[in-house]
Amino acid sequence: MFGAAKMRTLFDKVWDSHVVADLGAGWSLLHIDRHLLHDLSGGRALTDVLARGLPVRNPALAAATPDHAVSSAPGRAGDTASTGGKLRISLRDQAAAMGVRFFDVGQDGQGIVHVMAPELGLVLPGTTVICGDSHTCTNGGLGALAFGVGSSELTHALATQTLRQRRPRTMRIRIDGRTGPGVTAKDLALHLIRRLGASAGTGYAVEYAGAMVRAMSIEERMTLCNLSIEMGAKIGMVAPDDATYAYVAGRRFAPSGAMLDQAICTWRTLPTDDDASFDREEALDAAAIAPTVTWGTSPEHAIGVDEAVPDPAGNPAWGAAIDYMGLAPGQPIAGTAIDWVFIGSCANSRLPDLRAAAAIARDRHVAAGVTAWVVPGSERVKRDAEAEGLDRVFRDAGFVWREPGCSLCVAANGDRVPPGKRAVSTSNRNFVGRQGPGSRTHLASPAMAAAAAIRGAITDVRRL
Amino acid sequence: MTPFTQLTGVAAPLMRDNIDTDIIIRVERLAGTTRESMGAFAFETWRIRPDGTEDPAFVLNRPPYRGAPILITGANFGCGSSREGAVWALMGLGVRCVIAESFGEIFTGNCFQNGLLPIALPGGVVRSLADAGVLTIDLAAQHILAGGDRILFTIEPMRRASLLEGLDDIGLTQQHGAAIAAFQAADRVARPWVWLPDGP
Repeated sequence: MFGAAKMRTLFDKVWDSHVVADLGAGWSLLHIDRHLLHDLSGGRALTDVLARGLPVRNPALAAATPDHAVSSAPGRAGDTASTGGKLRISLRDQAAAMGVRFFDVGQDGQGIVHVMAPELGLVLPGTTVICGDSHTCTNGGLGALAFGVGSSELTHALATQTLRQRRPRTMRIRIDGRTGPGVTAKDLALHLIRRLGASAGTGYAVEYAGAMVRAMSIEERMTLCNLSIEMGAKIGMVAPDDATYAYVAGRRFAPSGAMLDQAICTWRTLPTDDDASFDREEALDAAAIAPTVTWGTSPEHAIGVDEAVPDPAGNPAWGAAIDYMGLAPGQPIAGTAIDWVFIGSCANSRLPDLRAAAAIARDRHVAAGVTAWVVPGSERVKRDAEAEGLDRVFRDAGFVWREPGCSLCVAANGDRVPPGKRAVSTSNRNFVGRQGPGSRTHLASPAMAAAAAIRGAITDVRRL
Repeated sequence: MTPFTQLTGVAAPLMRDNIDTDIIIRVERLAGTTRESMGAFAFETWRIRPDGTEDPAFVLNRPPYRGAPILITGANFGCGSSREGAVWALMGLGVRCVIAESFGEIFTGNCFQNGLLPIALPGGVVRSLADAGVLTIDLAAQHILAGGDRILFTIEPMRRASLLEGLDDIGLTQQHGAAIAAFQAADRVARPWVWLPDGP
């Protein structure tokens, strides 16, 4: 072929199309199409822009909602006194002053940023998306180049609609084969982190590919991309396809009619070229994976639910983690008694997640002594779940049905697992004290979390 | 941004892998605490006991490491949350340089936004520095002096220049104002679906 264009990856195509200026030495000034602002870092970023005497360059490209610190208790709209209440009011007022869209509690659109933004059609294939939150990679499930940033970069992006970024290396993870019963995108992600390690993805943009990924729903792809940062990767992506376009169509801020057709024509050019090369390639057979749960204090401390807590000999970090978690080496993880269950977070709080948990909870009851919470990811998820009667299923089974937000994933709103108590959580971080000082967290899928609530112990959902 | 040129001081060893930003600064300290006052809460979970007193067993509470400007630590330091408060807390504690086998990527970016120098070195070299005591770090020369040893490190030229001079990224980017305007004008035509109207 004459003048063959360089074969490019999905990441390359999205990155290249956003370069405003080449800064040299692998650095680019990158256009940012969307920034998502939340209560914990958004208000501060808007204040910082103002303090520098700068306008928000393109306020229509930003969207704000309270999620991290907002209460998950009913009646929260009247709360203006708590820390979360004050942060919500501050974000609301700042957003109004700057012309940034704000989605308040009780309104369609409020929710965890990485749940509400795709839901509203704010996140689209081929766009660049940032947020002051490391799980922004979740949005890569739609084929967006999405990553978390700190406060300074957020301020930079609000003021200039760009960021100075170094081009990362690329990694492709092919997932072929088909998962067995009880195995979800969450289990695949936890297994990958176990195998590759919590820093394997540092410096990489990861693309998830393969037959298993193609067969996933958009929500499952978001779960998979969500945990990229737990592997160290700031960016995780899945190439858009017909499932993506079907998901996007009809959403409030997504294009429609002829403009949607035009957009889809562009989006169809995004998938990785057949001969494109990656800096690193990994492969996983989905059929070989068991429901997976963490035993320690890093997401890489994961095992199949049919395995035992490892022997920490020669690994002081494992020893410290086992000690913190109150476990014993060689102890089978299944059967470990638990006190709390949390079903929610940007990893697993979408409608299909709640359906999967409800299918386990239906006609059963939460074990005595276990507190089990379901926190929908957004107001929309909550309303849709209630329309299907899922809230009824959960309530009848003894679960507590809460208002949308981050809640117990990050414990920034006063929701906490008490010290020493053991939780099975559908979130993405089992760090020391993550769900409250002294709390012990086992990460798992929604179905596994629901099964643990029913049995009062970590349970293989396949054997419930 | 605070420039970073040279630094001589005690290096405190905190030899654990995967120290996450939740441990560096707890989430509830991010709201209602100013940048300048976050140092009081750095490593709170380890440094402060439940009764509010300092835990003398924690390395940064012990002489000669109290107030040490250099931290020596394990792999993947600063993984997890994007909170820039982790950097503000470390700087509030007096830390200006962290030496580790590797760093969380978002944390690294946040360091360079604030004048905290993250130096990545092979694990064996990092461990050899754990008991080195006083180190001198020279960013322009890209070396660490430890006793009689001289250890070389590399910081990308773009970031090195920025840190040495304490440059402001927003100021630098504003020099590209015409390029940003041209990009946006073309993009409005090429990808009209990205460009949302003003309003709710």
